[in-house]
Amino acid sequence: MTVLATLVPLQYGLFGLVALGAPAVVLSRDPLRMTVVNGLYGLVLVLLFVLLGAPDVALSMLVVTTVAYPVVLLVAIARSRSSKEEMDEA
Amino acid sequence: MSRRIRVAAFVPALVVLFALLLWGFAGMPDFGHYRGPYGFVLERIATPERHVTNVVNATTYDYRGFDTMGEEFILFAAVTGVVLLLRGSSGSRRRADDDVRSDSIRLGGAVAPALVILVGLWLVAFGFVTPGGGFQGGVAVAAGALMLFVAVGYRAWSTLGDERLLDPIEGLGAGGYAIVGLAALVSGVPFLTNLFGPGVVGTVRSGGSAALLNWAAAIEVAAANVILTTEFVEQYIAPMVRRRG
Repeated sequence: MTVLATLVPLQYGLFGLVALGAPAVVLSRDPLRMTVVNGLYGLVLVLLFVLLGAPDVALSMLVVTTVAYPVVLLVAIARSRSSKEEMDEA
Repeated sequence: MSRRIRVAAFVPALVVLFALLLWGFAGMPDFGHYRGPYGFVLERIATPERHVTNVVNATTYDYRGFDTMGEEFILFAAVTGVVLLLRGSSGSRRRADDDVRSDSIRLGGAVAPALVILVGLWLVAFGFVTPGGGFQGGVAVAAGALMLFVAVGYRAWSTLGDERLLDPIEGLGAGGYAIVGLAALVSGVPFLTNLFGPGVVGTVRSGGSAALLNWAAAIEVAAANVILTTEFVEQYIAPMVRRRG
């Protein structure tokens, strides 16, 4: 029980970081920067899941948020930039 | 749509959504007060009954193994749909040369994928002992493969992402799950019944045939994710690289 009690302030701290992180993602205007900020935000969520006693969820989230999802976003960003270049050239 | 109409639509929606959220949160059990009986029951019986210390995995592949088979086939069907839509004429895949040129990134590219894939395999193998399991491990293995594309280059990735190699592997993962279930039927016991006994608590040999289901799910999830990304990269990135190269 004492171990759990020491976790509570950490949980509050992480909830605070989550509350700050989500607007930080939304307020990043540059898509590339948004991808990186979103990855960091995801890492905070991963830590929160661990502290809330859900390591299984944290493991899935870790991979999805830091590798899989950013790659999809980067592909989409690269694609939209290259088609924009083409339009500029034409 | 003008700005005024958009605001007029957005503000009431925001208010209603916020009120619904508050209403929902107000009705939730207090923080840390879980109400359902099943979690407590499983927590007590899973280890003595099934010799498994990770109760989450015992639920996924043993007590609710049938549900997980459905989920596996949902993933299989979704990936099949993506492949049907995105995969172009087969055999015309040209290998673009866009190998990463920075030495330090190449070194990382040689080490990191191997490390991540190893962690993924470890998560799968010890799924019934410590947190992890087929889904998490499978996704980690796929992510390790993905890092090959990011840090080594398109060519290395595209060799690995060859559909002649991956499609049968994905089929093996999805089909293997059903085969383990059918093996029980053939032996005269209900579908998905554990045929190998519960095994030894706290080792990779715990879980019995649920451990095989765990590996089948890992293969399915890893292959499905690599196939998905390959189709995505082939469709959207490879033409760009070729044009530049």
